Amino acid sequence: MSTSIHIAPWQVAASLVLVGLAAAISFWQRADLERDILVATGRSIVQLTLVGYAIKLIFDADTIWLVLLLLAAMVFFGAITARHRAAKVPDSFGPLLIALALAGASTLGLVVALGIFEPTPRYLVPVGGMVIGNAMTASAVALNRLGDEMADARSRIEATLALGATAREAAAPTVRRALRSGMIALVDSTKTTGLIFFPGTMVGMLLAGASPTDAVRLQLILLYTLLGSVSISALTATLLAYRHFFTQAAQLRDPGS
Amino acid sequence: MLFELREVGVDRGGRAVLDSFGASVPDGSTAIVGPSGVGKSTLLRLLNRLADPDRGEIAYRGRPLTEYEPLALRREVALVPQLPALLEGTVESNLRYAAELAGEELDAEATLARAGLDPSFAARDVSRLSVGEQQRAMLARALAQRPRVLLLDEPTSALDHAARDRIEAALAELRREHEVSIVLVSHDPEQARRLGDQILEMPA
Ligand SMILES: Nc1ncnc2c1ncn2[C@@H]1O[C@H](COP(=O)(O)OP(=O)(O)O)[C@@H](O)[C@H]1O
Ligand SMILES: [Mg+2]
Repeated sequence: MSTSIHIAPWQVAASLVLVGLAAAISFWQRADLERDILVATGRSIVQLTLVGYAIKLIFDADTIWLVLLLLAAMVFFGAITARHRAAKVPDSFGPLLIALALAGASTLGLVVALGIFEPTPRYLVPVGGMVIGNAMTASAVALNRLGDEMADARSRIEATLALGATAREAAAPTVRRALRSGMIALVDSTKTTGLIFFPGTMVGMLLAGASPTDAVRLQLILLYTLLGSVSISALTATLLAYRHFFTQAAQLRDPGS
Repeated sequence: MLFELREVGVDRGGRAVLDSFGASVPDGSTAIVGPSGVGKSTLLRLLNRLADPDRGEIAYRGRPLTEYEPLALRREVALVPQLPALLEGTVESNLRYAAELAGEELDAEATLARAGLDPSFAARDVSRLSVGEQQRAMLARALAQRPRVLLLDEPTSALDHAARDRIEAALAELRREHEVSIVLVSHDPEQARRLGDQILEMPA
């Protein structure tokens, strides 16, 4: 892939016209989103610029250690972010951290081992970012659902424990539904990809001047990589986290304590 | 003695629901009565270790409850909760699940009969049962494990008179069989007299 395009600052500035349009619509229809649009625009400029410099730094240094450091930081902050959405799950940070780390390490390890991508910053940084970001969303959705379902199913789970079922057996239907909801979004969007929307990577590749064949192939690789990462993270997070609802003696913990 | 409770205390939501509670529960049929909120359900859940007391000791057949493996204990001392909570599927699949956990052969027809249900209930989907039928299916599910003790938490509280009478008839029959001891929670003193050899009153 030797394609490369140049975007001048004035082009970015010109696209702000569309932000102005969004703000005008919000103001006109009293959607009360003007402030949010302003904040969102400001944050996107600052955050992406900073990330751009960080990536440039890592590309220039060209060492694997900086890449690993960046990925580790993404896993850490991803787990912190996901924890807020899993508020009903006791001590969800540990399971999320392990889930993201495992999903990132195993999928990146596999695509490198299979020879799909070279282990260089140019591939590992963007692919790692997507893998960990999607893993974070999936495990956050899964644990969010787990927390809701455990609360709803309390009496059924306890009635099952009363039969002498293990915590694992009593929670199995709940764990299954949580895992499904963590994975379903990506499975569904993979089904409709290309029909209802053009995925971001493909759009980027086409804009950057790559051939449609290459754009499609890369997009497929990334979709499949993400499917792997999303399943691993949702599975790991739910299997580690459901235990936190039970005591050693297979008793359902009091939600208040 | 079936159960022996000494100085039992349980805290919930920062206050003592049970405090220095003592009681002896012999084999046979015991009814626990007391007004709503005194801790009857809390007490019953201690007896098969769905919860552990914060203070005091409970013995089952002369041995501390904590010495029993909780999963095995729960198959021997079965609890039927106040509100039915069956697993998705048919009545029979629920009975089978329970029987398999306990390593018992399932005779669905005989088990249903002991809970006052006719054999046609085996194939019924649990989501299509009335609350009274669900309550009897819960009883049948517990019986499918061939427990030695049945803990019943207000088994008729959500039911009309006809459904209540059917459950009571089934329980009276179980009591006559003498194969299983019964600890039954009730807020109805009349029912307690009908079903208990012994009545344990919980002070308000
Ligand atoms: N998990 C809990 N958190 C806070 N309070 C509780 C909890 N469980 C029970 N209680 C309180 O303990 C008391 C006894 O409850 P319970 O054993 O269900 O009473 P009963 O079955 O006799 O009606 C009630 O006042 C109830 O509100
Ligand atoms: Mg009660």
